Order: sequence, then C-alpha cells, then structure tokens
Amino acid sequence: MPVMPNKEKAIGMYRKMYEIRQYEETVKYLFFEGIMPGTIHQSAGEEASAVGIIYDLRREDVVYSTHRPAGHDLAKGISLRSMMAEMFGRVDGCCKGKGGAMHTGDMSVGVPPANAIVGGNIPIAAGTALAFKMQKKDNIAVSFMGDGATNEGSFHEAINFAATWKLPVVFVCENNLYSATTSIHLTTLLEDPAAGRASAYGCPGVVVDGNDVLAVNEAMAVAVERARSGEGPTILELKTYRKYGHSRNDACGYRPKEEEKEWLEDRDPIKTFRARLLEEGVATEEELEKVEEEVDAAIDDSVEFAKNSPVPSLESALEDIYAD
Amino acid sequence: MAVMSIADALKAAIAEEMRRDPSVYVLGEDEDIPGGMGGAFTVTKGIGDEFGRLENIGGEIKDGRCINTPISEIMISGVCVGSAMYGMRPVADLQYCDFLFCMMDQLVNQAAKMRYMSGGQLSVPMVMRCPSGATNRGAQHAQSPETFFAHVPGLKVICPSTAYDAKGMMKQAIRDNNPVIVFEHKLLYGSKRKEVGAINSAGEVPDGDYTVPFGKAAIRREGTDVTIVANLLMNYKAQEAAAELEKEGISCEIIDPRSLLPFDYETVVESVRKTGKLMIVHEDNYNCGWGAQVASYFAENEIFLLDAPIVRIAAKDTPVPFSPDLENYVIPSKEDIMEAARKLARA
Repeated sequence: MPVMPNKEKAIGMYRKMYEIRQYEETVKYLFFEGIMPGTIHQSAGEEASAVGIIYDLRREDVVYSTHRPAGHDLAKGISLRSMMAEMFGRVDGCCKGKGGAMHTGDMSVGVPPANAIVGGNIPIAAGTALAFKMQKKDNIAVSFMGDGATNEGSFHEAINFAATWKLPVVFVCENNLYSATTSIHLTTLLEDPAAGRASAYGCPGVVVDGNDVLAVNEAMAVAVERARSGEGPTILELKTYRKYGHSRNDACGYRPKEEEKEWLEDRDPIKTFRARLLEEGVATEEELEKVEEEVDAAIDDSVEFAKNSPVPSLESALEDIYAD
Repeated sequence: MAVMSIADALKAAIAEEMRRDPSVYVLGEDEDIPGGMGGAFTVTKGIGDEFGRLENIGGEIKDGRCINTPISEIMISGVCVGSAMYGMRPVADLQYCDFLFCMMDQLVNQAAKMRYMSGGQLSVPMVMRCPSGATNRGAQHAQSPETFFAHVPGLKVICPSTAYDAKGMMKQAIRDNNPVIVFEHKLLYGSKRKEVGAINSAGEVPDGDYTVPFGKAAIRREGTDVTIVANLLMNYKAQEAAAELEKEGISCEIIDPRSLLPFDYETVVESVRKTGKLMIVHEDNYNCGWGAQVASYFAENEIFLLDAPIVRIAAKDTPVPFSPDLENYVIPSKEDIMEAARKLARA
C-alpha cells in the first residue's frame, strides 16, 4: 500500500479531488437544467488520476488534456471561476468563451487548450517536450489520453519519437475501460492497451490502480524523475472508471451493473481516500467537513461569477485567428 | 547579390534565420543525412553540418537543430505544433506535399485552431515546406493542393516562384507567428536533382537580410488586353504564352499572387480595371480550385469591370496520371493558355 504523505499534502489532495467531483456534479446539474449551453464529458470518478498525476508538478510543467479535461484543468490550477465562465461561454472564461467544455486551457498555469481529437495531443506534447530539451529547461510535458487513443496512429508515432529522442514527457492513459460506448476489449487484444505497448518503443510502461490517488502519485514521481533527468518518457496506464456516461444523454446501458457497483461504490476514489484519511488519523471528520464546506462555497461563487459574466462581443468572434 | 536557384535561395533563408535565431530548427524525413540528398530536393543539405544533428547515438542524445525524423507525418506535424507553442520555430520538410494529407488533423484541427480556441493566449509559429507539382511520378507525388489549406482560417499559404521571393518569403514565413504552408514547385527548384520539364528559375538574390511580405502579388509582365493570374509553374507557362501572344498583337498582364492566404485582390482588381479581361491559371484541380474563389470575388464585387466572362484554366479533375503523355494532357500547358487568351482577347 502506498505511503500516506504528510498531512498538508494529503488534505491538499483530498481538497482537489473533492473540488473536481463537486465541480462536475454542479456542471451536470446546470447542464441538465438547461442553464448551461454546450455538451459535457464528465471526469467524475477519475479524480485520483488527475490529482495523483498533477499534484506535484511545477507551474512551468505543461499538461495536455482531452475532451474530458476538467479534472486535469483544476488540478493544474485553472481557477474555478474561469472554468465555470468558460462553460457558460462568457467573456471571463479561461478562453474568453471561444474554447468551451472540450478546449479549456490557461497558459499561465501550463495548460494549453484541451484537445477534442482523440490522440491529438500526444504528438503535441512530444513537441513541447522537444522544445524544453532544446531550450535546456528541466520542465516536462504530460499527455493525458483515454484507452481509445492507444489505437490512434498519433500514439504510435509520438511515443516512438519521444522514446528515441529521450524527451521529457509522461504519457498518461486513463483506461476507463470504454472508448465512448465501446469496451476496449472489443477493439484491442491487450489487457493493458497503453502500458502493454511500451516495449514496442523501448520505454517503461507501468500499470497503476488509477482510483488510488497515492498509488498514482507514487508512480508519477518515478516517471517525472526519469523525464527530468533526461532518461525519456514513461507510459503510465491508470485503471479507472467514469462515474457517468461518455457524454450527455449516455446512460451507460453497455456497462454491466455489477461492474458499475464495484467501481462506483466499492472503489470510488474520493470515498476510499476519505476513509483512509480518517482511519489513519491524518484528518478528523470535522477537518474534512470544513474542507468540503470551503470547496462548496467556492463552487457556488464560481457559478454566480459565471452567470454574471458578460457574453463576449460579437466582434470578438473575428479576433484571435492570427497572431501579429 | 548572387544568382541562385530556388533550392539554394530557400537554403540561404533557412540558414540565415537559424544563425539569427536559436529557436529556429529544421526537421523532416531524410533531413540532411550525411551522404543523403538534403530532404528530397537538396534544400537542407549542409544544414546538419553547420547546426548539428539532434540524434540518439548509442543512447546519448547529441545536440543540434537538424532533426532527421522517423517516417511519421502525424508526429512531425504535431511536434511542430507543440514546440512552436513553447518558443521554438520549426521548419518541417515534407519531401512531397502529398504527405500533407497524412497530417491533416495536426494542421487543420490543431495548428490552425489552437490560438483561436485559447482565446489568443498562444501562437503557433511553424513552417511546413511542401514540394508540389506533377513531375512524372504518378498520382501520389504530384498534387498541387494549395486550395485545401487556403480554405482554413488560421493558416497562411504561400507559393514563391522566384529565387528572390523564395528567400524573402521563407524568411518571412519563419518570422511569422502563425502556421505557414509553403508550396515549392518541384520543377522550379533548379537543384542538382534533374527533373524532366524543369524550368530554370535561377535569379538574383541579395546577400543580406530582406523579407517579402505576404498578401502582396507581383506583376511579372505588364500588358493591356488580358490579365492572367497564375502561381508557381503556371506563372512561367503564362509568361511563355504571353511572349508568343505578344507577336500576335495580344498583350497579357501576368500576375503572380505569391501568397494565396492572404490573397492580394487589389492588385488583380487594378489590373482588370485596365484590361477588362481575367484569366486564372493553376495546376490545382479545376473544381473548387483557388481560382474559383478569385472568380467568385469578381462576380460579387467587381463584375462591372469585366468585358467578358472570366476564364479558368486548371488541371483536369482527375488524379494525376503517370504516363507523361497523359500527365501533359491533364496539366495546363502553354498552348492551353494561349488558346484561351486568344479567345478572351477577342471577346
């Protein structure tokens, strides 16, 4: 069992996981009530991955996310207010309302716009890692992907390059067992579609319990050390599970009920981490409730902020196409 | 001032920019491999010697700004995007522009849209060098697909056809803070690699630093009867046609748009104001080729300048066939241009 970190870090991780969950639950409510436009791809259930991977990264490190970006975004430090305003398509959104739910990003905290083309960010992350290497910086890039992305050509091309050139990048596959509505086992023979391919590129591939934030964090520490010291990339495959469907209106009719029960009730990453914090005496019930109340208030504030943020001027649609 | 081929002018531009700016680097398949060709058309030969080769030698990564990549077009284009967003200025050599289609996601969904999606937080300064044109190689090493990319907001598309422009526009492309797709015609390079039908495009190129801005067309020949807008190889064909038509008493004004996105409509409009006749020639296919956009612009905005219907000469709507006779049949020729110009002049 992974070692519990110090109290400050442990509670900090819990706070961030809880924030992601409550953010996603709030977005779900706002969307289904018709208050928020667009579409949603929720990361609820995968909080241990986002927080375990990102918690110890530096501000200058860069995280490339997917169509399911909110957990990664919040973990890397995009503010709740600018995330929520982006969801509403408002001018105070992190992308001024031009990105939306699948393209949230904030360069000031090392998050380029999230990528809604499956596998699209993998070679881009390799490129950023190449830039850091050529500039002799010890920053790293992280490329998140789902299990479905492992069957994209971009996965193969980018990881082969990153491994051969020993680029400072970590490839993180969040294997939630389904590529949209299709079981990964229907399209791929490998039990571990990401880590199981690592030997093809000559880099390490590590399978981790993606619902255990401390296990994820430990595996990431090894991968980060390897990347920063010039040894090259690692493929981390985190076994995890979506709490909700692929996107709106997906009731998950393709997932066995007993499978859902195992992952969502017995292995819920927030529930299990909370229980461990209490069991090991890292935090008291009161301390955790205080954290939760603070987060709830911050999320309520972000919703009010987003609703009150102005709609962008129509002329702004014609801006930001070209840089000067 | 020296007389240079387009291939050498491009190389001079890239080398000068790499000396000036340490963020500029080149990458591509067979990129200046010792004993190799320097890409497919000699442009990067010697770049690795001067700037070093970034490569893995027995587990050790050697420094350099010349990267000879695996045959991985998605990776090449994606690495351009990701490094450009973080301070580098990649110049990728595609060998053949047909390979652009292997990287469409990275160019169209990523490079072109990343700045916009971010609300202007970042820029993507990258250059894709794309050798184009039909050269007896068959359908997959033959296309002139400029229009595909001129359709995409966020990209810039240029097509230098002289050595002077090749150097000045390549420098501009490298300094530009946006993704620039550069079409270089294989029959215009003038490199040591022999090509049937090649045209000697060698011209005077200043030694020092200069740039040629995008969105400004060049008038290659002045005339009064017919305006012909043609890019790359077709501009040379149009000039050959114009020289012969002059003897028949037909005076053609030849415009080289040089960049397709942005496009300099103003220079074309001013010319048509004088001639009243407009012909557009490109090696890209007829259907929805960029000439259709130019014709549409005139139909919408300047139709009263026209004394006759616009004429478009383009490659026939077929894949490019191999057999030289067939290839010559589908690609516009000097004779095609002359015949159409005669009719247009009389109209």
